[in-house]
Parts: sequence; C-alpha cells; structure tokens
Amino acid sequence: MAKKESSFLNMVLTLFVVTAVGALALGGVYNLTKEPIAIAKKMKVEKAIGEVLPSFDSLVENKVLPEGGKDSLTFYEAFNKGDTVGTAIRTYTDIGFSGRFWIMVGITNGSVISGTSVLEHKETPGLGDKMNKSKSNWSQQFDGKDLANFKLKVKKDGGEVDAITAATISSRAFCDAVQRGYDELKKMEGK
Amino acid sequence: MNQVSNFTKGFIKDNPVLVLLLGLCPTLAVTTSAINGLGMGLATAFVLTMSNLVVSLIKNLIPDKVRIPSFIVIIASFVTIVELTMQAFTPALFEALGIFIPLIVVNCIVLGRAEAFASKNNLLSAVIDGLGMGLGFAFALTLLGSIREILGSGAIFSLKFLQADGILVFILPPGAFITLGYLIAVMNRLKKA
Amino acid sequence: MEYIIIIIAAIFVNNIVLNQFLGICPFMGVSKRISTAVGMSGAVLFVMTLATVVTWIIQYYVLNPFGIMFLQTIFFILVIASLVQMVEIILKKVSPSLFQALGIFLPLITTNCAVLGVAILTIQKDFNLMEGVVYAIANALGFGLALVIFSGIREHLDLMEVPRGMRGVPIALVTAGILALAFMGFANLV
Repeated sequence: MAKKESSFLNMVLTLFVVTAVGALALGGVYNLTKEPIAIAKKMKVEKAIGEVLPSFDSLVENKVLPEGGKDSLTFYEAFNKGDTVGTAIRTYTDIGFSGRFWIMVGITNGSVISGTSVLEHKETPGLGDKMNKSKSNWSQQFDGKDLANFKLKVKKDGGEVDAITAATISSRAFCDAVQRGYDELKKMEGK
Repeated sequence: MNQVSNFTKGFIKDNPVLVLLLGLCPTLAVTTSAINGLGMGLATAFVLTMSNLVVSLIKNLIPDKVRIPSFIVIIASFVTIVELTMQAFTPALFEALGIFIPLIVVNCIVLGRAEAFASKNNLLSAVIDGLGMGLGFAFALTLLGSIREILGSGAIFSLKFLQADGILVFILPPGAFITLGYLIAVMNRLKKA
Repeated sequence: MEYIIIIIAAIFVNNIVLNQFLGICPFMGVSKRISTAVGMSGAVLFVMTLATVVTWIIQYYVLNPFGIMFLQTIFFILVIASLVQMVEIILKKVSPSLFQALGIFLPLITTNCAVLGVAILTIQKDFNLMEGVVYAIANALGFGLALVIFSGIREHLDLMEVPRGMRGVPIALVTAGILALAFMGFANLV
C-alpha cells in the first residue's frame, strides 16, 4: 500500500472531513434516538409508579425543590375515577455508598408506604444493589409501614429497619431517601 | 491467511482478553453477571467491526501523520452511536454498563486492530477480523461473567439455581481480578497441552 | 470538609484502579519496577488534572450551551489526545529533565481510560470546577498509590517460586485481587 504524503493542507482537510462526517452521522442518530430515549425514560418512571401504588387512571405531576437539597423531587398524585389513590414520590439521597441514587416511593393515606422501587443507582453489585426488588426481597419490609409512627432508621442507628448485610450505608441512604420524600409530602400538605 | 482462521483466531489462539490482555478495564468492571459481560462484549464487537470496515475503506485517503487522530474520531463516532442506541432500546443494560460504554473509545483492542490490521488489509479481511476479534472479546467477557455469577450469586443469566447466596467476593472487585487470573492460568495450561 | 470527603473517597474507598477498574492497562503494564511506577503516576497526575479542567470547561461552555451533549465522547477523547501531544511538545522545550522522566509514559496515556473516565465522571457527578480539580488530583494520587504498592509487591514476586502456569500475568492478577480485598477494608471510612 502506498502511503499518502502528509502535507499541511491534506492533513487539515482530512481531519476536518472525518470529523464533519462523524458529527453529521451522530446528529442523525441523535435525532433518530431522541424519541425512543425519552419514551424509555418515561416508561421506566410510569412502570415504577405502577409498582408502588395501587391501580389508578390519572396522574398529576408536581416538582418541588427541597430546602437544602441539590435536586428537585417529583410528586405524582394518582387518582382513580376522581378519588385520590396516593402519591408516588421520585426522591433521592446523597449519602449512598457511591453517591446519589434515586428511588420511587408510594405513599397512601398520607403516611403509609405502599411500595418502593429503585430507579437508578451505582451501589455495589452484590451488596448495595440488594435494595432492588429484582435482587432480593429486602425492600419488602417497608411495605405497609405507617411513617407516622415507624422509626425509619436502620437498627444500628436505633430504628426499626433491618439493614442489608454488609451494606449498612446503602440501607441508611435508602431510609434517607424515603424520609426526604415523606418530609416534603408533609410540608406540601401543610401549605 | 484464509478467512476461516482469520475469523476463529480471536476466540482461542489470539483471544483479545485471555491471550493478548487487551481491554482489561471493561473486562474486569462489567462482568458481575453473564448478561452484562455479553452486552458489553457485543457492543464492543459492533464498534470493532464497524471501525475496521470504515478504516479499511478509507485507508488510502488518509495522510499518514493524521492516521491515529482520524481513527480515534471514527471509533468515537461509532461508540456514540452504540451509546445512543442502547440508551433508547436497552436502558437497563445501558445503566448497568454505565461509564464503560463511552470508554470503549479507549479500549486498546479497537484502536489496536484498526492500526495493526484494518489499515493494512482489504475490506473483507478487515471486517472478518473485526467480527472474530469482537466475538472473541464477547466470548471471554461472557465466560468471565458466567463464572462470577455462578460462584458469586448462584445464578446464571439471572436464573437462580441455588437457594442460598453465593460466595459474595466473586461479585465484588477483588473477585474480578482473582477469577481472571485463574482463567488466564487455565488458558496458559491449555495452550501448552 | 466536602473536599476532604472527596479526597478520601477517591483515594481509598473508591480507588480508581482497585475498585472502579479504570487504568488497568498501565496498572498491569508498567508495574514491574517501582521507579517506572512512580514516573507513570507523575505523568497521570499531570495529564489527568489538566484534562479534567479542559473537558469541564468544554462541557459547560461549549457542549451544554449548544445542546450537543451527545458529542461528549468524541470531544473529550480528541481534547485528551491533543492535550497529551501538546504537553509532550511543551515539556520537551521547557523542561527537558521532566520530559526525560515522564516522556516515555505520555503517549501511553491517551489510551489510559482512567483519564477519560475521570473526565466523564466529573461531569456525571455534577462537580463544579474546583471540586473537579480536587477529584482529579485525588484520583491520580489513588492511581499512584495502587500502582506503587503493586509494583513493590511485584518486585518481590520475581524472587518467588511461582507454579509454572501461574507465572507472569495470572499471579499478578491474583495479587491485585488480594490488594483490592485489602482496600475494601476502607469501605466504611466515609
């Protein structure tokens, strides 16, 4: 194969063309995948709401920035034929083992947990990720607990929650996320 | 070289992970389960095949001195295509693999094959080489992922066959190093025999 | 306080090599002698910090304003590749002695996924520029720590009677595994 001579002009030209073609192709793919990505994200949120709340037919969405928090929570008030079913809260914690993670908590009757679901996390596979329903049934202990009188803390911290073995930090963070969602819900109702 | 051996060399003889020791970062990081290993392997195989194809096509048009930067741009484009596609159609896998999808760009195998093979061979050989090497990489990752999943969580492809928990350490980072070490030792032994 | 947590987490708890699996290639490749390990760590510290600053600026002043976040990978790798080249040229002119110490390691850094990895992680973690710099330095130090400890162990391994099949890479990987196990002891530090 004959090596092509390198001159300043053809080097610049080649790089420019390669980059331009690459960027154009990416722009095309980006536009093609934009909608599927948005749908996939929405599906995930809706699926999580379905998991944590009893059946409903309509949702009202509401974003709230908590005091001292870095990101906003999202409340999804669910109704069935006009009656309030409960609220699903997309909440997060910053004290996870690998930083922030997001969960969905369903609350009915103002303070009873109807279900939890992990949305995104970077906790250690095999340890912290047991909070995910698909990995273990750890998170079932929250279902049906009334937050008005349930001590939402791991036993090590004097609460009533059994921590995941060898993943106390993740368990503590999980409680923190639930608590944050509940506190904001109470504040909202107070207004 | 005939095309059959060109294709099969990536599986055992020149396996990118187990023999050439390339691309160890994703190999160790994502193989906590068989399915993650397979997903990562196939994503890399796609990028490898496509970049080999394009590099082989335009190898005579690129001035020698800007060869490497041009290859990097081509590879980065395909990586981003894979990234966007996975985000759209396999969001769960996309999250599990996380940062290691954009990092396919710096996977030594991809640039290595583009530079060492595709830029010197014709289109057909380059594509077959990319496919063989890519699937060999996927094979190694799936194997490692399966071993770690079987030992670490008593399951294979998320199908649990053991009631009890597995030996946790195999899913944790140390298990990745140790399992791969023994796997390579076994490969060395097989090659001698 | 925030910075101290970032530093301890990056060096010990989530060590970039032993826990995040970034930069394994140089970790296995240049860890046969302590002196080369130190040289490599120096080069990584230099490039990683610089790369994180430049990519951070690009992300917030070019990619985000124009809404072309999907070009992140392509931009970052090009920036890092040209940065490495530039550092090489400048070092050669300005400080020949430093160039001699770090020079041979610089080309290897372009394909060191730790550099690109930290640049992307800094963006993913929503760090501001100052936190990003601290994070990059801490990660580079974590990389250096793991690399130097590991090369120290490997120098001793040379003198050991290792079973034939395990010689070379396999025993090195198992050693790295045990080192990673030791680093897990830092898990509850922050």
